[in-house]
Order: sequence, then structure tokens, then C-alpha cells
Amino acid sequence: MMIRPYLYTLLFLFLTVVFSIAIGSVFIPPADLGRILIGWLNKAAFSEPLKTFSFIITDIRLPRTALVLLTGAALGGSGAAYQGLFRNPLADPYLIGVASGAGLGAVLAMSIKWPYSFWGLMAVPAAAFIGALLTVVLVYSLARIGKTIPTTNLILAGVAFGSFATALTTYLMLRSTGELHRAITWLNGGSSQAGWGPVLTVLPYLAIGLGLLLLSGHALNLLQFGDEQAQQMGLPVTRARTLILLAASLATAAAVSFSGIIGFIGLIVPHVMRLWFGADYRRLLPLSLISGAGALLLADIIARTVMAPQELPVGIVTALVGVPFFLWVLRRAKNQGYW
Amino acid sequence: MLRIENLSVSFGMRRVLTDVSLEVNSGEVLALIGPNGAGKSTLVRAISGVIPLEKGRIHSDYVSGSSVNLLSLSSVQRARSLAVVPQAASMPPAFTVWETVLMGRTPWLNFLGQVSASDEAIARLALQKVDALDLSARRVGELSGGEQQRVLLARALAQSTPILLLDEPTSNLDLHYQVSFMETVSALARRDNLAVLVAMHDLNLAARYTSRVALLVDGKIKAMGTPLQVLTPELISIAYHLPVQVIPHPFADVPLVIPGNTAPVKTP
Repeated sequence: MMIRPYLYTLLFLFLTVVFSIAIGSVFIPPADLGRILIGWLNKAAFSEPLKTFSFIITDIRLPRTALVLLTGAALGGSGAAYQGLFRNPLADPYLIGVASGAGLGAVLAMSIKWPYSFWGLMAVPAAAFIGALLTVVLVYSLARIGKTIPTTNLILAGVAFGSFATALTTYLMLRSTGELHRAITWLNGGSSQAGWGPVLTVLPYLAIGLGLLLLSGHALNLLQFGDEQAQQMGLPVTRARTLILLAASLATAAAVSFSGIIGFIGLIVPHVMRLWFGADYRRLLPLSLISGAGALLLADIIARTVMAPQELPVGIVTALVGVPFFLWVLRRAKNQGYW
Repeated sequence: MLRIENLSVSFGMRRVLTDVSLEVNSGEVLALIGPNGAGKSTLVRAISGVIPLEKGRIHSDYVSGSSVNLLSLSSVQRARSLAVVPQAASMPPAFTVWETVLMGRTPWLNFLGQVSASDEAIARLALQKVDALDLSARRVGELSGGEQQRVLLARALAQSTPILLLDEPTSNLDLHYQVSFMETVSALARRDNLAVLVAMHDLNLAARYTSRVALLVDGKIKAMGTPLQVLTPELISIAYHLPVQVIPHPFADVPLVIPGNTAPVKTP
């Protein structure tokens, strides 16, 4: 068992979490930061000015950090799973249209005026999940030729359906009046919804989805040999595939439902982990999860600071880093099947 | 022992295998020969359970002592009684040899694939048997065709099954590796009492390293028996549409098939 990759990635995640809490439009001295966190855990009361600082930390920065962390973990983990499942270095939740499908589902749910209660909030991730799942099934069956799923078909079908879903999403947003602003910010990956509500809402979905993915490393390893060999080695292929697909879509849907569509994290992070620490999915999945969280936190910090006080949508930051990387992967995948 | 009874397979409207029956005894290597498109690979895949049968039964007496239909088993149970060495095609290049061979232990592991010390010992032994232990740390993508084929054999051996199916394992190997690969396979069959079925193209390699030969033409078994019984000029020239001569091997007690030119053959 190699410990070092986990140490590096966890250290990266820890640092990004600290910076994410410490950095913001209001400067809070590091000493106060520590005191507030300890006090928050002990449920102590503060006097001014610590009281305001405390509110900023515990009710704004902490929940936001938690939501970004969970989203990044979901994107990194499900990206690794999709790449393994489709045996395709270019697959990620965004490319094969799952995120767009989830987005469509979420906007559909938002266009219905749910009461602003806990269950009203729960309806959005549920709809995003259904949208994601339907997209997977649709793209999968469109790309399928006989028993094989050719890479090109998969990406073409995914991109095509993704554009369709995005167009439909835009149309729905233009038609609905009230929730429009919320929907636009949401779609660009601005997780501007404050408070702990969203975090608690996505948590069960992510716990199940990512939990199942973490158990699927060995099955994904076997699937790299192709379905036939995997079955000959004793893997119940259909069951394993379905389970992984459901788990990855659940995680994607949960991430997308509160944080919007954030591309490229699910593509970049698993590739870097694979290049650095090897192709074993039992290691790759947890590492992608941890580093996905760290990478998105880093992108979020950049998005908050480069144009402060204005905020960039985090999707723009990940794309600016992601596109060059994506092109590089594309070249690499063409030159050698060494991923 | 592996026994196949009246096995038929169709792809859509096309009959690929018709009433194939054969038996492979423990400790024996049976060569499955036949021209391209005769259905050799399909037969191997059908026996391993990855394509549906139209009809037929596949029996083994290893599982419970009495005869068991392999297709009624779960994929895990089947993978405990039967391992496949696929055609040297797609192996994920990024895994190491050691990781690849350990994956052969899958039917004996839990869903997480946690390996014990004894699993590692079995994998190491499998690598030793094919003389590839020194490749352990290498990535599969860096290996030559011959080395990859030995790794696939080691992976199948690590499955610890009494039955072994090999699909054209020597097709991509040079002369030296062809001979040493088949020597390894026939030695393993005898020593570990395995029932081995090898689909192959090289008739002379089949004659030298297998105890019996089954000739498959157009999805039907045309002949089965010792190499001397099956590798006759009549049977081979009709099956392959090529005149052949068969002469005694200069230093082994087996036939040697020498192909002629591709003139049309008259059916006697």
C-alpha cells in the first residue's frame, strides 16, 4: 500500500481548505480565525468584532468551502469512474452530456415554483439526478453498436445531446421569469447560495454515490480488460457496470444540482492522478476524489480573488486551465494508448 | 474434464456453430484447428459463457464431483472452474504485470479485490510457471507480444482453474516463443492435471504439442483424434482448400503437414 500519494493529496486539500476559509473580501486575522473555529466547535458565544467575523466564517465561508469541496470531490470521483467505465481517457461527466442533462433536470425543477422548504430544496437534486440518469441511458444507447460502444460515437452522442439539453435549458430559463437570475448564476457554476442548507441537502446523495464508487475500484480495474475478459475473470459485468454508472451519475447529479455545470475538473484531476500515481482504480478513485475537492477549492479561491470584489464564475477558471490540458490529453491519447 | 454436448450458436440468422460435441480430459491438451472463420474463437467464447448458446450443454465434474452444467453457474463460480487466455489483443497498457496477474485471482476475492498473502504467492507461482517473474514490475504496454502472451497465461493460471481455454495464443509469437509457449502449456497440463483446449492455426505446432486434435470446419467438427488420425492429406486439403502432403516428422513421432499451391482441390 502506497501512503505517499494520499499524504500529498490530503496536504493539498488541507491547504486549499485553510485558504478558502481565510481568504475573502473581509480580512480576518489568522489568530481570530483559529479562535472562531475552536469557539464554533465548542458552540461558544462571541462579542464584537469577533461576532461579525464569526458570522462570516461559520455562515458564509465554511458552508461555501464545504459545498465546493463536496462538488469537487464528486466531479473528480465520477470523472475517474466514467473514464474507467467507458475505457476512454476523454470521458467526463461534462463531455458525455450527463452534466447538461442534470442541468436540464434541475432547471425544470426550478421552473416549477416549489415552496422554499427543505423538501423544495431536495426536489432540485432529485430532478438533476433523473436528468443525469436519463442522459446516460440515452447517450449510451445512441452510441451503442451491437455489443460495443465506440469512443467516437459516445462522445458525439454525448456532445450532441449535451448541446440539445443546454439549448432547452436556456429556453426554459428565458421563459421563466422569477427564478431566472438564480438559474443563470447557478448554471455558470456560481455556488452563491449561502448557508448550510445546500450542503446538508447534497450530502446524502454524495455519500451514497461516492461511497459506492470507492468500493468499485477493483471492478473498474477488471473492466479495463473489456467486458468479455472481465466476465471470464469472474466479474458480474452487467451488475458492476450498472452500479458504477448509477453511483457516478448520482454524484454528478448532486454536484451539478447545487453548483451548476463545472467542466474539466472531472477530466483533469483523474488524468493527473493517473500520470503521477498509476492506473490502479482502487487508488485512482480516492485520489481523484481528494484532489478534485482540492482543485475546485483552488479554482474557487482564484475566482473569488482575481477580480475582487466581483466574483468570476468558477466554471470559467476551470475551463481556462482545463482547455489547454484537454488538448494535450487529446494529442496524447492519439499518439499512444498509455493512459 | 470438460465435456461439450451438441453446442450450437447463431449470430442473428447466421449459424456459426452446429452441434459441436467434444471432450477434453484432465492432463490433456486438445488442439482446436480449422480455417479462418470456422468458429474456433466463437467456440472458446461460447464455452467461457460470454455469448449465449442456441442450445447445448457444457459440463465439468470439477465443481462438485458430479457433472455440473457450467452455464448454470454464476460468473464467479464459472471463473473458478474455467480460465481463458484471450487472443493477444487488448490488455490495458498502464497496469503492471504484477497487477495484471493478481487480477486473475478475482473469482477468489471479495468485491473490493483485497488480496491475501496466499493470493500473492499463487500469482508469483503463476509468473514463475511461465518464466515471467522478472517482468513483474514492468508495465504491460512495454512488453513484447511474446511477453504479453505469457502474462495472459500467468493471469489464467492464477485463476487456479482445472480447465484452461486458449484462443490462438501463438499467432503473434516468433518461432522460439511459439515452441516454448506450447512446451509450457503441455507441461502444465500434465503436471497440474489441467484440461486444456487450444484454438490454433499452426498444424505442425498442434501435432507436436497436443495429444488430440479436433478439426472444425464451417462450425462443425469434421474429425477428432490423435494428430496422426486427423492431420491426413484428405481431411486437411478439403478443410483448407489447399493440397497438402503429410510426411513423418524427422525426429518426433508426429505427422508433418506441408502445404502445396492454392490450386483448386478435387473432392474425392
